[in-house]
Amino acid sequence: MFGKGAALLAVLLVLCSGAARSAEAPLPYQIVGKGVPVPLSGTPGNAENGRALVASRAGGNCLACHAAPIPEESDHGRVGPDLRGVGSRFGAAELRLRVVDPKVLHPDTMMPAFFRAEGLNEVAAPFRGQTILSAQEVEDVVAYLMTLK
Amino acid sequence: MPMSRGVLCALAGFVLAVFSCPGPVVAGESGVASPSPVDAAPHIDAALAAPRIDAALAPYIVGAKRSGYVYALPETRAMQDDEIMNPGFAWVERGRGLWTEVEGANGKSCASCHGPVESMAGKAVSYPKWKASMNRPVTVERQINFCRVAAMKAEPWEHESPQLLAMTTLIKQQSRGLPMSMADDGPMREWIDRGKALYFARRGQLDMSCKHCHDDHPGEKLRAETLSQAHVNGFPTYRLGWQGLGSLHRRLETCYEQMRAETYPLGSDEYVALEIFLTDRGRGLPIETPSVRR
Repeated sequence: MFGKGAALLAVLLVLCSGAARSAEAPLPYQIVGKGVPVPLSGTPGNAENGRALVASRAGGNCLACHAAPIPEESDHGRVGPDLRGVGSRFGAAELRLRVVDPKVLHPDTMMPAFFRAEGLNEVAAPFRGQTILSAQEVEDVVAYLMTLK
Repeated sequence: MPMSRGVLCALAGFVLAVFSCPGPVVAGESGVASPSPVDAAPHIDAALAAPRIDAALAPYIVGAKRSGYVYALPETRAMQDDEIMNPGFAWVERGRGLWTEVEGANGKSCASCHGPVESMAGKAVSYPKWKASMNRPVTVERQINFCRVAAMKAEPWEHESPQLLAMTTLIKQQSRGLPMSMADDGPMREWIDRGKALYFARRGQLDMSCKHCHDDHPGEKLRAETLSQAHVNGFPTYRLGWQGLGSLHRRLETCYEQMRAETYPLGSDEYVALEIFLTDRGRGLPIETPSVRR
């Protein structure tokens, strides 16, 4: 299911110079194969907070496109794959890359890069230079996704 | 409107395509995927299953093109179809009042030159239209303001003003049911291409283009919203979410805002170019103004 070019991405260093939403300075991350093996923050991801971010429209708003086992939220999107079982299908490194910048794997996807602030066009002023999620929030989302076995 | 065999086949193909799609299942209590997609989204099935065999949808399907009407809930379609229930007709009525209202230094109304508004029947199908004297394409809105300034010597109406919305809706309503057939030659070609480039350009913090929703995923759910093919034949449209009637340009602005992208002024060349591309893309679909959407 991966793009053929992905194999060429043996090691690709990506420096994120844009400011993350939180106060912490965005860290550079390293793509290895089809994943980002090293967490973006020193604090382990909090799955409970990740679940809230997945559901929240102001957070990740993942439910806009994906269904997930969050029954208290109505109207899960059906545009993207169902997230149930995603923690069995992929490891943390692969999930991290998919949240950070899924276009590395699928150039034509409609899914946003949640940890990229560079190379975007016509971004509205309040969001310019900012990533959708902070480094810690990416880790929280990954931690939650890893619980979806 | 008569339904051709071709349309019936297209409709049948749509039915098969939708039913054979495995479709993701909706979230349950457990983390285990349910093996049965049957109860995945009962409201979708209720909304789309019944009309799939409804011949009343045929006029809104032209080849692979499906008006937003096809994706609307049955109750929303019923509201559009009933001139008493359709809130957009309040703007039509308001437009009728303005049609005969004398304004400006020349002491004229629309009716002074055009007679009864029924003389506008069929006019809107060719808009946006190249206007050689202005060396640019004009939308219905711009043509109305051209008349106000040049013929009536009155002030132009602001884009999205109640008056301009009412007059645009009234004039387009005179072409209700007629297929969009804008000219696509000469200098219009350049504007179609310009709009096409905008349609396919990724933009905003969400880094999406129009095509990612409206070409790749029509009929699918984005939260509670069913994505459409982004056809423009129903504008100005009464949106239940707006609790009001709005122009196509306002709708484009809303999409851009959702993508966390910069917006353009209503009536700007960017939105006009997109309108021209989308009108060309939806060629043949009937004008539905005033349509009703979610």
